Amino acid sequence: MIDTLAILAIFSGLFFFFSGSIGLLRLPDLFSRLHALAKADNVGLALVALGVIMLEPDPLNDIKIAVIWLLVMAASAISSHLVARHALREIRDD
Amino acid sequence: MMSGGTLTSILTIALLIALNLLLLSLLIGLFRAWLGPSVADRFSAILLMGTGGVAMLFILAILLQVSALYDVALVLALLAVVGTVALTQSESNHD
Amino acid sequence: MIELLWSIFDITLVLLLLALAWNTCSTRDVMRAVTLFIAMGLLLAIIWARLKAPDLALAEAVIGAGISGALLLSAIRDYPSTAMVSQRSTLIEGIINILTLALTILMSWAVWHGLNMSDGVRLSEQVISQLPVSGVSNPVTAVLLNFRAYDTLLELAVVLTAVLTVLTLNEKRAGYKVSSPLLQGMTRWLVPLLVVTSGYLLWVGAHAPGGAFQAGAMLAAAMILLQLAYPSRRQEFNNYLLKILLVIGIFTFVLVGLWMMSLNDDFLGFTPAWAGSLILIIETAATVSIATALTLAYLGGRPKGWEAGNHTDSKIAENGGAE
Repeated sequence: MIDTLAILAIFSGLFFFFSGSIGLLRLPDLFSRLHALAKADNVGLALVALGVIMLEPDPLNDIKIAVIWLLVMAASAISSHLVARHALREIRDD
Repeated sequence: MMSGGTLTSILTIALLIALNLLLLSLLIGLFRAWLGPSVADRFSAILLMGTGGVAMLFILAILLQVSALYDVALVLALLAVVGTVALTQSESNHD
Repeated sequence: MIELLWSIFDITLVLLLLALAWNTCSTRDVMRAVTLFIAMGLLLAIIWARLKAPDLALAEAVIGAGISGALLLSAIRDYPSTAMVSQRSTLIEGIINILTLALTILMSWAVWHGLNMSDGVRLSEQVISQLPVSGVSNPVTAVLLNFRAYDTLLELAVVLTAVLTVLTLNEKRAGYKVSSPLLQGMTRWLVPLLVVTSGYLLWVGAHAPGGAFQAGAMLAAAMILLQLAYPSRRQEFNNYLLKILLVIGIFTFVLVGLWMMSLNDDFLGFTPAWAGSLILIIETAATVSIATALTLAYLGGRPKGWEAGNHTDSKIAENGGAE
């Protein structure tokens, strides 16, 4: 039962990963691509993390997974900000 | 919850399919990093490998029953950030 | 079915790795090469994880992707962002290609031969049988820090020599880009997190994947992050302390080795009862040394006042401080 839920979570997470990647490929502008990357991938990761938490027997590891997820969220938000800022600089300097 | 760490084969197959699809999605994203006209598009490869890599490591940890892979995921996430910061911030004086 | 799915995964990983590696070497855009190099390092970490080698995955992620990437960026810092590597002569390129091809064939033959050899005594079995004597329960740490401790000592010496070279060649270069306040806000919690993770990797190395090199490189990553986030803050290094930190790893290692030699007639032959604690002491010192070495290498050279040998120049202390 839990296994089925976990698989469901992981596959929905994959759906978001895919939409993120396809967005990365097909969106017209760097900045919109960063949106696809940062947001869609993070939701995907959240769902995958949820699925993995359900499958993981050791509760200490579950806490680790949750912490890693939070870290990746915060870090990827700031990373995309930095990349966008860098790109803006490049455009302005041209 | 599963006991002691054996996976049913249906679960294994499902997870493996998920793993492959994840890798595929990573490949699609990396294609942009390869094409990308601007430099920043290349940087998105690092971001992609960071998030996608962590997801892959989570699934691998369950499939292979190696819980040290969570530590690897933590380190991967941290270093992807540091790598991105280094890429975007390191330029010299005369810029 | 399961085997097939694993094979698809493995083959795709290998092809991706080859594609990244090929592109890293063949591209002439310098920035692109470094970016691909970092991405390749991250991919390698995932591959090691797939091969059930978490120690290697950790090392690759921290050192291969993180620190090596940062060092490369520090090296190309003077190039404009659209720099291109100049064209090599086709003769030299041809020679390099042939030599690389020969090396690839040789290594492929060696791997294939090794896979098809008859079963002899496997090293891993020997290590595991000796594990109780080694003082730790992680076989990788046992090999690195006990059975082959001499090799690790030499590795530390190599790192030190490399850093000394960097220090002799250059002075620390100031000036990175103005950083964003968001970056500084993130650094406030990320650097402590990196330091704690480094300590965790050091501690856990005794019974799980981890160890001195990973911990040291992570600590260096924290320092590099600090440098990138607060570039304009005038840094006052206590050069005396830095010099001590640089050598304390090797110093502790050799000291313990000599002490063991006086006790057990064997350089670095740890008494089994103390092996665990000795390994921890050595690893802690090594972590600090590695972190200092890598950070100094990233910074590019001597901090001010290094030659004077002691505390930083008082003039700098006057002008320094907050921006």
